Amino acid sequence: MTIDWTHFTPWTSLAGGMLIGAAAAMLVLLSGRIAGISGIVGGLISLKRGDVAWRLAFIGGLLVAPLAMLFYPVSPRIDAGLGTLALAGLLVGLGTSYGSGCTSGHGVCGLSCLSPRSLVATAAFMVAGIATVFVTRLILV
Amino acid sequence: MSALAAFAAGLVFGIGLILSGMTDPGKVIGFLDLAGRWDPSLAFVMGGAILVGYFSFAFAGRRGRTFLGGALQLPTRRDIDARLVAGSVVFGIGWGLAGFCPGPALVALGAGIDQAALFVAAMLAGMFIYDAAERRAKA
Repeated sequence: MTIDWTHFTPWTSLAGGMLIGAAAAMLVLLSGRIAGISGIVGGLISLKRGDVAWRLAFIGGLLVAPLAMLFYPVSPRIDAGLGTLALAGLLVGLGTSYGSGCTSGHGVCGLSCLSPRSLVATAAFMVAGIATVFVTRLILV
Repeated sequence: MSALAAFAAGLVFGIGLILSGMTDPGKVIGFLDLAGRWDPSLAFVMGGAILVGYFSFAFAGRRGRTFLGGALQLPTRRDIDARLVAGSVVFGIGWGLAGFCPGPALVALGAGIDQAALFVAAMLAGMFIYDAAERRAKA
């Protein structure tokens, strides 16, 4: 293992992480909800009365966030082709539904609550993600 | 009022994702690439988020109600089953393939990135398939 010093951003990543934690705090202290993105999106499918507005509002906030960041341009590096992106999206949709959460719900909120379910889920998706990148690097190189 | 709070929380969450580097799939894959040139940044994202989150959720749990007077609706399950593990593994494979997880994909969609739109559409399809399968299993 070698550290990629050119891309390593400890301070902005720590600050961004603290903002994510603060946002999760806002949602739980004001709306009483867990900031798990896959759960917030997936919960829209069943369309329960009185359970739609806050979900759409939170997603709206995520969608307009780039406007607030005009002073901090980031150009995403997307290496995956269209077929891979579609397959990945499908797997993420299915996996987060069956696994009841993603990086935010399990990885941030669940671990903050010291939930054993979230600890297991986070370990599982981290190991699977690392293994997937290892295999794709082998195939691509 | 609750919707306004949720909008503000989503906005702060999204800004946090952008600032942290999570919306750059190359950075996410760099973090997962333990065997190659490893970018440890995302460990700092999780560390920062959990540091703030730990105290916030402990405070919310002691308070028992929201500042707007509503009830807390937190997950209560503590059992670990095959669905949880298998689902998380499938999610991890998708995450490693594209470098997107749900939150950053939505922010990238908001930034007008075409590939994110395709990813989000496929993700919604996966969620619909799950919902249809669940309804069928219950019927």
